[in-house]
Amino acid sequence: MIRFEHIHKSFGKQEVLKDIELHIPAGGLTALLGPNGSGKTTLVKSLLGLVIPQQGHIYFEGKPIAGKWDYRRHIGYLPQIARFPENLRVHELIRMIQDIRSEQGRPDELIALFELNPFLNARLRNLSGGTRQKVNLLLTLMFDTPLIVLDEPTVGLDPVALVQLKNLISQEKERGKTLLLCSHIMSVVEELADDVIFLLEGRIHFHGSLQSLLQEQGETRLEHAIARVLKPDFHLQRMES
Amino acid sequence: MTRILTYSCYDLLRSRWSYAYFLFYLITTLALLYFSSDLSKAIISLMNIVLILSPLIGTMLGAMYSYNSREFVELLLAQPIRRRDIFLGQYLGLAGSLSLSFALGMGIPFLIYGVQVSAEVWNFATLLFSGVMLTFIFSGLAFWIAMKQEDKTRGFGTAILLWLFLAIVYDGIFLLALILFEAWPLEKFALAASLFNPIDLSRILIMLKLDISALLGYTGAVFQQFAGSTRGMFICVLSLLAWAALPVAGFLYSCKRKDF
Repeated sequence: MIRFEHIHKSFGKQEVLKDIELHIPAGGLTALLGPNGSGKTTLVKSLLGLVIPQQGHIYFEGKPIAGKWDYRRHIGYLPQIARFPENLRVHELIRMIQDIRSEQGRPDELIALFELNPFLNARLRNLSGGTRQKVNLLLTLMFDTPLIVLDEPTVGLDPVALVQLKNLISQEKERGKTLLLCSHIMSVVEELADDVIFLLEGRIHFHGSLQSLLQEQGETRLEHAIARVLKPDFHLQRMES
Repeated sequence: MTRILTYSCYDLLRSRWSYAYFLFYLITTLALLYFSSDLSKAIISLMNIVLILSPLIGTMLGAMYSYNSREFVELLLAQPIRRRDIFLGQYLGLAGSLSLSFALGMGIPFLIYGVQVSAEVWNFATLLFSGVMLTFIFSGLAFWIAMKQEDKTRGFGTAILLWLFLAIVYDGIFLLALILFEAWPLEKFALAASLFNPIDLSRILIMLKLDISALLGYTGAVFQQFAGSTRGMFICVLSLLAWAALPVAGFLYSCKRKDF
């Protein structure tokens, strides 16, 4: 479904992505892991065409995306930091996005799920962080897109909303969608991911199934397996302490 | 693109700026017409206001709008829309709504005073055209600067300096050059130099149309001598159109390679 070929991206002198080669097949949830500043967001943004790589090609459903825009109809993208036109009301924003995509989607279902009804008439600048994130999720998930890209979807969510989001993600997975998830919350990844990509300093250090990562590192917990990828002597440190 | 244009227009027409701008022109024009009760004199007085104010408002609101709509742009960029359409739509929305405020604010009083049946109708139309062109040119320049400059304060500063340069400093340097190089024939230089300033171009255009040689100034006189009134005006209009296209081409080109 998605293929990255020799992607290089640097911002000024800072090299963010170094020769990324990646193929993500259709179906299932792939988690994109890595420490802060490892290039997860840049990678995802380059798929959306928000960031333009200096070298390499990206293919979505077999077609190169460079200079294209219509393929974004098939992607639901949740940005990491929810930035909205602050003067709009929530329902106006929903209408606007529906209008721009010329699709209705299913806002009512998600409004009910995230209990957004009391906020529909509020201006976006007056919303709390968690509510903004719910609006953000609503805008991403209300359209029926074959690919869903979620960049830190859990930020600011209360436990109830978190459970609902996890249920929603598993539902989408069952419906045969492809999901790409960036997250630092390992429990969420462990629960939902089929495949794991581990990015470090702009390079892919691991790409395979969640099981194989755990087996390879001889760990039962993802957190520990990741720590071992980062620091091979992690096991020893743990023994000593 | 039309959707973005509609949203930008809608958003801007709700803002206080559009009303303030409209009311300013309405009141000024009414006052000038009331006191002079001479359409031709009012046009000349308004010309001086339009030549300074339209570029200033275009620059300021152009920069302000493009920096304030960053969030909106980021949201839109993830949607199935062409990049070009987002920025072009926003630009046309802004320049269009400003031009509308200007045209209505200045137009309504003139219509009340019966400009449409007077001999001044084409002079008025020229003034209207110049104001609209200046709005488009300077808001386009501000958009271009905002696209190139990430930092809001610097972007604003650059835009305002550009306005200051073209509205005031340019003429000063021009005059200084004429005085310093008095002994040389500078007609060609003066002609070329006025083509590089849209405000000068608009001034010459209106002057040529009004046919007031006393107010033409050096460049205007040279222009008239060189090209004659009709051909001079033709050149002015063409150059103004080229000026309006330049920043649009500039910001559309740089938006293609920008990272968000």
